[in-house]
Amino acid sequence: MTEKQSIIRIRNVTKIFNRTVTAIDDVSLDITEGEFFALLGPSGCGKTTLLRMIAGFENPTTGQVIIDGQDMEGVDPNHRPVNMVFQSYAVFPHMTVEKNVAYGLKVIGASTSEIKKLVPEALEMVKLGGFEFRMPYQLSGGQQQRVALARALVKKPKVLLLDEPLSALDAKLREAMQLELVNLQKSVGITFIIVTHSQSEALSVANRIAVMKDGQVRQIADPLTLYEKPNSKFCADFIGKINQMDADIVGVENKNLVADIRGIGKARIPYDGHAEGTVSLAIRPEKIELSSDEPEDGRVKFLSRVDNVVYYGNTSQVFLKNSAGETLMAEIRNRESGTATSILIGSEIWVSWQAADTLVLTQ
Amino acid sequence: MSDTSPQKKRRRKNPKLLLKRTRPTPLEYTRKQWFKLIMLLNFIFLYFPIVALMAFSFNNSRRNITWKGFTFKYYVKAFYNESLFDAFVNSLIVASISTVVSTVLGAMLGLALYRFKFPAKNAFDGWIHLPIIIPEICMGVAMLAFFSRLNIPLGLVTITVSHIAFSLPFVAVVVRARMAGFDHSLEEAARDLGANQWQTFVDVTLPYMMPGIVAGALLALTLSLDDFVITFFTSGPGSTTLPIKIFSMVRFSVTPEVNAASTVLIVITLTLTAVMMIIQSRGGKNKGLPL
Repeated sequence: MTEKQSIIRIRNVTKIFNRTVTAIDDVSLDITEGEFFALLGPSGCGKTTLLRMIAGFENPTTGQVIIDGQDMEGVDPNHRPVNMVFQSYAVFPHMTVEKNVAYGLKVIGASTSEIKKLVPEALEMVKLGGFEFRMPYQLSGGQQQRVALARALVKKPKVLLLDEPLSALDAKLREAMQLELVNLQKSVGITFIIVTHSQSEALSVANRIAVMKDGQVRQIADPLTLYEKPNSKFCADFIGKINQMDADIVGVENKNLVADIRGIGKARIPYDGHAEGTVSLAIRPEKIELSSDEPEDGRVKFLSRVDNVVYYGNTSQVFLKNSAGETLMAEIRNRESGTATSILIGSEIWVSWQAADTLVLTQ
Repeated sequence: MSDTSPQKKRRRKNPKLLLKRTRPTPLEYTRKQWFKLIMLLNFIFLYFPIVALMAFSFNNSRRNITWKGFTFKYYVKAFYNESLFDAFVNSLIVASISTVVSTVLGAMLGLALYRFKFPAKNAFDGWIHLPIIIPEICMGVAMLAFFSRLNIPLGLVTITVSHIAFSLPFVAVVVRARMAGFDHSLEEAARDLGANQWQTFVDVTLPYMMPGIVAGALLALTLSLDDFVITFFTSGPGSTTLPIKIFSMVRFSVTPEVNAASTVLIVITLTLTAVMMIIQSRGGKNKGLPL
């Protein structure tokens, strides 16, 4: 047990729809109190189903969902100490902002004085003071989102569930809301669980991320570990961009693998685990360095031809193809206005990276 | 100079020609004079008989052929015509009971069809809507056969029951269509916020259904008020409704009294429709419900 308690424990949960479709396949995970936890995965991976099982809208076929030490089997959504922000916001269209936020208190019989005190507080928290008497159709998507947040937070839940809350907002607003969510979570101290298919969103808001695929959890880690040390090809590929290369392990020398990278050559890569036969090596595009002079020894290095350069403003993607036909993508920062244009398409360039940055993916 | 000028002329004309030749878009048709004329003729065709009927109810003549001056006397006469007045009251009784019952049942049916999946739902769906499709005369005969088979004496009860039977599917269709745009997560949100199923229904689902229910009730009311065929088959002695009474009066002669009674019926239905529409549009605005 850690010093902080697990607020949610999911024990061997399996969910089968219509007796044939397995949405969740034997998932177990613990979520600690005060965490900002993300369920990340491609669409159809079961992340929303898992969230809905915590909220009580679906029941596990087998397994247990334990919230705050209490088994939730047979407990209706209205009796669970969690609240949810829906993807469609689900703001009640026939109620004012104030009535929307007050609804969760009114319906459990809270006193008028309590409602009068808590509702403005909640609205202030999401910066919607002064909007009390607006109708939802008079609000923008971002504002409706805030109403949904206030409505859930006013209930002071043990856990706040967010089902792809930002997917309907435009890019700028989404980034602003991500920051706000993080600040909000810090100030209220409630455990947040966010479901998202956007890896950048998960990385930027969460303390811990569970990557899901086909109803299974593939990796649970903090953002840094997930990005720098993914445990499988799937996770490496799903989080950020990555170059993957096939390599044959030809030897192991005190915590170093000697790998023969196809089309590139031999390299010495620091690695703790066990690896043999053919593995997948991976390198993040931003870790690749391009230079006209030969780099120092100790780095993985080789000559390659520039196939294409795509300009993105702050960065450029350089597509490389060496003589053996192996392709790589490097991402460089455009520190100077001439950086992108200085790399000529068709020219030969030295490609290198630190051997320790190479990821060895056996799964 | 002389050989270049015709060319210039043609060039100057060309843009105008192009403009003339562009076809009007669908909405532009309504601005055309001939289109307005066609619309006017259509309205005359549709509404002139009704306007004439209403106008001649004020005609000071026993025969409905020539205009002999303005009078209210046939309204007074119609009002003091006991059998006509009884028929009117009967119509109101039947219409109000059948509207209330068919609206409640129809709304429940519409909601159930929207929400639940059950075996043979499609078959059930078609079956339920049969009264809309089958000819009224068949329904009337079927009702008559049914009631006489069970030895139920024909009267207001049988009329009311048949009216409920044929207006119920109309309510169900309207309510169900309304529910098609419902965001199910609204109900989940209410449950999530602590509402039990009944609270969720009353606070979230019912307000959303309301415009559909009102429209359905209005439909049921007007269907019941002016139904002739089915009522004709299921009415017994002493249970004449207004449309049947008017018909029997017309068989003798079309007196202004009939016109007056018809005008009253028209005014009632029009007023009800207008009131409901106003309530509906205002309610929709205030409650932020799309209509």
